[in-house]
Amino acid sequence: MMDRGNGNGRSDLRIGVYVCHCGINIASMVDVKRVAEQAAAMPNVVVARDYKYMCSDPGQEMVQQDIRELNLNRVVVAACTPLLHEPTFRGACERAGLNPFFCHMVNIREHDAWVHEDREKATVKAIDLIRAAVRRVKHHKALERRTVPINPNVLVVGGGIAGIQAALKIASAGRHVYLVERELSIGGHMAKFDKTFPTLDCAACILTPKMSDVKKHPNITLWTYSEVDKVDGYVGNFKATVRRKPRYINEDTCVGCLECIDACVFKEPRFTDEYNEGLSKRKPMHIPFPQAVPQVTAIDPETCLRFKTGKCKSSCVTVCDRNAIDFDQKERIEEINVGAIILSTGFQTFEPKDRLPQYGYGIYDNIYTALEVERLVNSAGPTEGEVVLRDGSKPRAVGIIHCIGSRDTKSNIWCSRVCCMYSLKLAHLLKERTGAEVYNFYIDMRTPGKGYEEFYNKLLEEGVHFIRGKVGAVNDWAITPEEEGRLVIRVEDTLGGFVRRVPVDMVVLSTGLEPHKDAEDVRRKFNISCSPGGFFLERHPKLAPVETASGGIFLAGCCQGPKDIPDTVAQAGAAAAEALALIDKGVVELEPNTAFIDAESCSGCKSCLSLCPYTAISFIEAEKRAEINEALCKGCGTCVAACPSGSIIQNLFEDEEIFSEIAEVLSNG
Amino acid sequence: MANQEFEPRIVAFFCNWCTYTAADLAGVSRMKYASNIRIIRLMCSGRVDPQFVMDAFARGADGVLIGGCHPGDCHYISGNYKCLRRYHMLERMMADLGVEKDRLRLEWISASEGDKVKRVVNEMVEQVRALGPLDLPGRFADWDAEMRELDEKVQREHDGACEAHAAKETQS
Repeated sequence: MMDRGNGNGRSDLRIGVYVCHCGINIASMVDVKRVAEQAAAMPNVVVARDYKYMCSDPGQEMVQQDIRELNLNRVVVAACTPLLHEPTFRGACERAGLNPFFCHMVNIREHDAWVHEDREKATVKAIDLIRAAVRRVKHHKALERRTVPINPNVLVVGGGIAGIQAALKIASAGRHVYLVERELSIGGHMAKFDKTFPTLDCAACILTPKMSDVKKHPNITLWTYSEVDKVDGYVGNFKATVRRKPRYINEDTCVGCLECIDACVFKEPRFTDEYNEGLSKRKPMHIPFPQAVPQVTAIDPETCLRFKTGKCKSSCVTVCDRNAIDFDQKERIEEINVGAIILSTGFQTFEPKDRLPQYGYGIYDNIYTALEVERLVNSAGPTEGEVVLRDGSKPRAVGIIHCIGSRDTKSNIWCSRVCCMYSLKLAHLLKERTGAEVYNFYIDMRTPGKGYEEFYNKLLEEGVHFIRGKVGAVNDWAITPEEEGRLVIRVEDTLGGFVRRVPVDMVVLSTGLEPHKDAEDVRRKFNISCSPGGFFLERHPKLAPVETASGGIFLAGCCQGPKDIPDTVAQAGAAAAEALALIDKGVVELEPNTAFIDAESCSGCKSCLSLCPYTAISFIEAEKRAEINEALCKGCGTCVAACPSGSIIQNLFEDEEIFSEIAEVLSNG
Repeated sequence: MANQEFEPRIVAFFCNWCTYTAADLAGVSRMKYASNIRIIRLMCSGRVDPQFVMDAFARGADGVLIGGCHPGDCHYISGNYKCLRRYHMLERMMADLGVEKDRLRLEWISASEGDKVKRVVNEMVEQVRALGPLDLPGRFADWDAEMRELDEKVQREHDGACEAHAAKETQS
């Protein structure tokens, strides 16, 4: 029997071509029968078949059977993008005893059937691409995947509920986690909420125990007020540099007694409290919220007298019997080695001030964003849960305007998914706390989720008003005595078919979710991609929703797209499982697409040396030639393109393979 | 006009991480663009050997499109910059060969820019369509014929001169 693993001799090339219909995805735009017929007539093609779902079990079985029975030594699959199913078909080849790298995929779905409208032209294109592949596979070699050991530690970036959940899962599986959080405390947005929809259970009651578990867990190293500066390496072996900013309090000695806050020379809080969305004041010595984890205060050097003037009696130091205050604390850099990274960097809420001025935010006092109202209704918030306007009065009527910064080409095009539900929650809480009339202005009510529609029905029964229509403007231009001194919401009631003016005392803008301002920098740092909206891009929207195109980097929570707490927690669990599945194997298999240098023909010109971004190429003085360290090579092929003597060869992307493709896509006519 | 019937043939070299993925996104988003393009996947735009481009033209491509990650975004840190340098070199070579500059294009297209794939491909197809066929293989054939003719002419003149010289020799 011929050796299927090494069928390099051209004369005994036996190629199988498999054309997938993908249901009708491909078949509706590409004449798959004709493509298969044409493929059958191509040189060295022993068999060409078309099938409805090539990736399905019977489809893969067909390929395997042909390899066994027809002694195929090359396989070309014309189907979807290789980024989706290349591993599938390589696996099928492997199971049938053929080296997986003798398989090549042709993308006739994403790059052909789905983007063209002329069936004839799309069919010709498919045939061209297959012809190129048939000639290409001739040059394929039997390759071995490299295996490298995996570092079992995991880095989780972002300590909101997603990061907390992922960190706890991995830690409880016995692996070490570094949890890096940019702010002073973990907890993220969820820590700011009072209640969560649709069960109205208290956010703190379900979140703060988890936060404290993180702090206590022996397998978690928690670094708050820290940011990842740099990431090098690759799946299984990342090296991350973490910058730990000074909080001027020694975390190891501070016990969180908070006496330094009382002792601060500022008797009254005078500075904007960011944590409360600016609705209250804090001192330079502060802790973001009473349940913060870690329970460690921090000094804001921008406002602290000691930092600003150097002249302060520093009563905080006097009162701290743990000697935890350290004005000389410096930024620290930590370098850690991890095998997997989970990004759970969250989101920011839409800022309506300058972007949608028609809603009056920042112009009129009593217009709030939903996040501000979350703090107002929170019993740990600036008013201890009492809903009062900026002048201290209680609102008689409240308007909640949905879709601020969502579903609009002028702001963000996407639906932020949580706003309808949190608006309902806030409507309930505001009505409960103030007895005010509450009006919801919505475009569509979107309540898909367990118990969500039921919650909406409950609100309807509670007597909350719902007006369908996109609000045009909010201002104080009164035209009736009733509107005098109040805010007027103008909206076209699209169910009633007329324009309404609704006078209220308080307006809540249900601002949408968007990527962090610096999501682009983070993306770059971790070498991943973004979706069109700017959220991090998953490897596949359905089948790999927590993976990224970069091996070993996973996503959890809203950094991947808007989602509610249940979905975030579920995704964080999935990301943890993916990370564990990766590191528990102990080794990682890498694509063998690295480059090597043919020692015989290398002229020793050194052109390649400076090109390698990974310094994988070294020069052997004694032999006057260059050499590539396979362990360091990432397989970009930059050196290959530069080698004047053609001595550098990149596996899977050899010159002959590319030239074959060029020749055959152009050989038609 | 003849050009309206002319369907340009464009070979594209797309990097795996950004532009190839963007083309996948264009597909997933069911964007429609001209079918004149044949995409060849490379891991990085830094892998684009200038010879690939020259070879594509020599084999009859009317245009070549190179797609890579935006500056600063390269999956391999700096492959796209290396590609940019080679592109500038190619631009000059193409100019020397008398190939119009619109026939070679380098675009930075990130994984999220499916719409840019559509726009760039459509634009390029129209620009190249307006330029008409490049037909380097045909030109090569013409140039070869011209060279042959010149060779023959020189040979004929040489032979003629030789004959004349020989005749003169015999006379004297």
